[in-house]
Amino acid sequence: MGKLISKVPEGPLAQKWTRYKSSVKLVNPANKKKVEIIVVGTGLSGASAASSLGELGYSVKNFCYQDSPRRAHSVAAQGGINAAKNYQNDGDSVYRLFYDMIKGGDYRAREANVYRAAEVSNQVIDHFTALGVPFARDYGGTLDTRSFGGVQVSRTFYAKGQTGQQCLLGCYSSLNRQIKKGNVKMFPRREMLDLVVIDGRARGIITRNLITGEIERHGAHAVVLATGGYGTIYYLSTLAVNSNASAAWKAHKKGAFFANPSFVQIHPTSVPQLNEFQSKLTLMSESLRNDGRIWVSKTRGDKRPANDVPEDERDYYLERRYPTFGNLVPRDVASRAAKERCDAGYGVGETGLAVNLDFRDAINKQGKKAIENKYGNLFDMYKTITGIDSYEEPMRIYPAGHYTMGGLWVDYELMTTIPGLYAIGESNFSDHGANRLGASSLMQAAGDGYFVLPNTISNYLADQISVAKIATDKPEFADAEKAAMERISKLMSIKGKQTASSFHKRLGRIMWDYVGMSRNEAGLKKALELIGELKDEFWKDLNIPGNADDLNMELEKAGRVADYFDLAQLLITDALNRKESCGAHFREEYQTPDGEALRNDEEYAYVAAWEYTGEGKPHILHKEELKFEEVEMKVRSYK
Amino acid sequence: MNLTLKIWRQKNAGAKGNFATYRMEDVSPKMSFLEMLDALNKKLVEEDKDPVAFDHDCREGICGSCGMYINGHPHGPVPAVTTCLLSMRYFSDGDTICVEPWRAKPFPVIKDLIVDRSAFDKIQIAGGYISVNAGAAPEANSIPAQKKNSDTAFDSSICIGCGACVAACKNASAMLFVSAKISQFALLPQGRIEAKDRVRAMVEMMDELGFGNCSNTGACEAECPKEIKLTNIARLNREYYKAY
Ligand SMILES: Cc1cc2nc3c(=O)[nH]c(=O)nc-3n(C[C@H](O)[C@H](O)[C@H](O)COP(=O)(O)OP(=O)(O)OC[C@H]3O[C@@H](n4cnc5c(N)ncnc54)[C@H](O)[C@@H]3O)c2cc1C
Ligand code: SF4
Ligand code: FES
Repeated sequence: MGKLISKVPEGPLAQKWTRYKSSVKLVNPANKKKVEIIVVGTGLSGASAASSLGELGYSVKNFCYQDSPRRAHSVAAQGGINAAKNYQNDGDSVYRLFYDMIKGGDYRAREANVYRAAEVSNQVIDHFTALGVPFARDYGGTLDTRSFGGVQVSRTFYAKGQTGQQCLLGCYSSLNRQIKKGNVKMFPRREMLDLVVIDGRARGIITRNLITGEIERHGAHAVVLATGGYGTIYYLSTLAVNSNASAAWKAHKKGAFFANPSFVQIHPTSVPQLNEFQSKLTLMSESLRNDGRIWVSKTRGDKRPANDVPEDERDYYLERRYPTFGNLVPRDVASRAAKERCDAGYGVGETGLAVNLDFRDAINKQGKKAIENKYGNLFDMYKTITGIDSYEEPMRIYPAGHYTMGGLWVDYELMTTIPGLYAIGESNFSDHGANRLGASSLMQAAGDGYFVLPNTISNYLADQISVAKIATDKPEFADAEKAAMERISKLMSIKGKQTASSFHKRLGRIMWDYVGMSRNEAGLKKALELIGELKDEFWKDLNIPGNADDLNMELEKAGRVADYFDLAQLLITDALNRKESCGAHFREEYQTPDGEALRNDEEYAYVAAWEYTGEGKPHILHKEELKFEEVEMKVRSYK
Repeated sequence: MNLTLKIWRQKNAGAKGNFATYRMEDVSPKMSFLEMLDALNKKLVEEDKDPVAFDHDCREGICGSCGMYINGHPHGPVPAVTTCLLSMRYFSDGDTICVEPWRAKPFPVIKDLIVDRSAFDKIQIAGGYISVNAGAAPEANSIPAQKKNSDTAFDSSICIGCGACVAACKNASAMLFVSAKISQFALLPQGRIEAKDRVRAMVEMMDELGFGNCSNTGACEAECPKEIKLTNIARLNREYYKAY
């Protein structure tokens, strides 16, 4: 190990995937049944992978921590899913989708992977439609699309504000079909506690049954992680509250490199924090920015109700700063601009940590009915949460942690640096560079699971058919199981005073303050220090009531928070290392005179892949140089 | 505001449960119901007592994890809202709030407010899908669907599988839940091909799992947080008769 081999196939960009598929090694259908694959996660990526691998005839075991695979965090995605169908005849193409993602990601993603994601996007839409996903349609019966944050074509397929739910239920249905056929065995309410590596290859996992507390061993010829992102490292985020990085982190400790951990997307439009017990921030889909206009008062500290601020006293700051893209600038740009206004004292509401998202003009122009048709459910949700009617007064929004572009390093085949361990969906680092464009994550997650992984995994498994069923009585299983149990005992025996969540909340606060939308060296170093102290306190003063051999949600939380301390330290190390601003990673030291991100392509056009070397020891940095053969690196400008 | 909570505590499936009373002070009307329970649990853990177990994840009304009986209503007294989105502004200082798990034979209690809803998955596994393998789908626009039908299919498809309908029903019927899936597929051309097999398989499984019959009371519709309509049940019945 130690060297990063991306395995990008030869040939012109547009032909790489086709060429790859036609030359990849295959597993004989008769042998597939004997090959076992573990898929951890049932979100768009996990459920699609498990079902398509089942369709191919492999023996699949699928895990999730929820009580049902249908509840994976993907269910919460709102706005839509991209594809390069060009149904609108507005000049879209696979190449343009690819280009938008590369540019939106600020030239920090691998060209070949991104191109492939764009390429399979059309198949994803075909498949979801065939599965009965009720995407929005036009009167003639064909599929409708809308334009979505940061691009100028209309390529986003949607099902009102519930696109993630509908797509996930589509995946869940294909998964159910394979469960019925006996090709997939489902293990809900299981948490993966460790990865089992035998002779350098991923051969199984250790799980905890969340109802009985039982520690279990599961063997397989290959393991696929589809465990989602780590946005809850900020405690308050738009993610489902139990989302966590533990599975990926455990794999990292067993040898999988972690790439670009500091690339975290802060979404510009979430409902601001309302109370100190707040447990999550609810996203208001960015599709709202198609019609809503963002503004604050031109007067600092203006406490007038929004509707009382006359037109000429409003600062539509995005339209002012970015006349071409206006309210539709990419997420990182919109988030930083909101923070800039609020930090300067122009924020609205009691806390001053919010900006207005106003539909007055859109309602006047298109009528209330039209706005209701497009966003009715979002307006309802906003009202449910805040009690405010946004048909009458502007919504208040503020940025929140949302998506992690960083994740396990994978090659073109989506294999990590551990042979036989794959990472798909949000858990890998692969397709979004330093910033993700709206509606491209569902696309990637489903693309990875339905169309990429089933092709690439056979290249590995073809050599594994002679390997017998992986027996779980091997010493590596026993060791991993023992380590997992010891860690549980250690957590249980601290017997201090504070809850896991209270530590999580404090960790999140540090991360948000120093490692959020903008970062600087002093702040990052300060955060490292604070987190070190907090981590020590955690291991001295945590309390978990009850027992480990029982349903114990405090124990579950504690394990996840413990891993977050470690990941936070790596995340900061990565942010310190990257002495440039790119995409969502904004280092205050590196900006243009008018406050825009300043990239340093000479020195930082690489993927930072970090190798774990042991508890308390420094990580080793490996660089995957990014070569752009197809696109020219430009300054990303939305002016 | 200050509140009194009467919460069902039950150690495990086999144990006998009982109500425990807790006093909560300084509850902010800006909290959600689950955040209020978080605050209670924080207090309990700090006193080294077992916190109240409940299912939850997205906390924005879409995953269907959360769900408890609050003052006699699944997901509480406010219509069209899941427990996680139920705001404390609907309660008043001095209120006593009674919290229980779903009560239905097919949903046995696991612990406190957590019940086992795997029966719902079993019904979906029985037939809640369209049989198409990845790679076999035709071009998406080659399957046009009437907008009206497709929109209605969407309205049915937004069921979150929370189980409130079953908990609300005196017969513990799962008809609303099953009919939502049946309707979604029945209304789309893609779903017609297997319509008969699907409805037979899903209804058969529903009966096998011990869910009760529908007696047209409508409690499910009244309590469903996603406002799934009774018309779905009528459609399920039609589909079922057509299937034999
Ligand atoms: C509010 C919100 C709105 C969004 N809207 C959009 C949108 O409109 N368009 C878009 O393209 N993207 C959107 N995204 C992003 C997108 O939803 C996610 O990136 C994507 O769904 C991730 O899918 P996934 O399959 O990688 O993981 P997830 O859906 O997060 O699934 C993770 C799975 O892993 C399992 N798991 C995790 N850890 C363990 C463990 N240790 N043991 C066992 N199981 C484990 C979980 O149970 C779960 O099944 C949105 C994100 C948020 C937060
Ligand atoms: S029909 Fe309504 S109440 Fe029943 S499971 Fe679905 S969303 Fe919940
Ligand atoms: S927690 Fe997801 S619906 Fe309530």
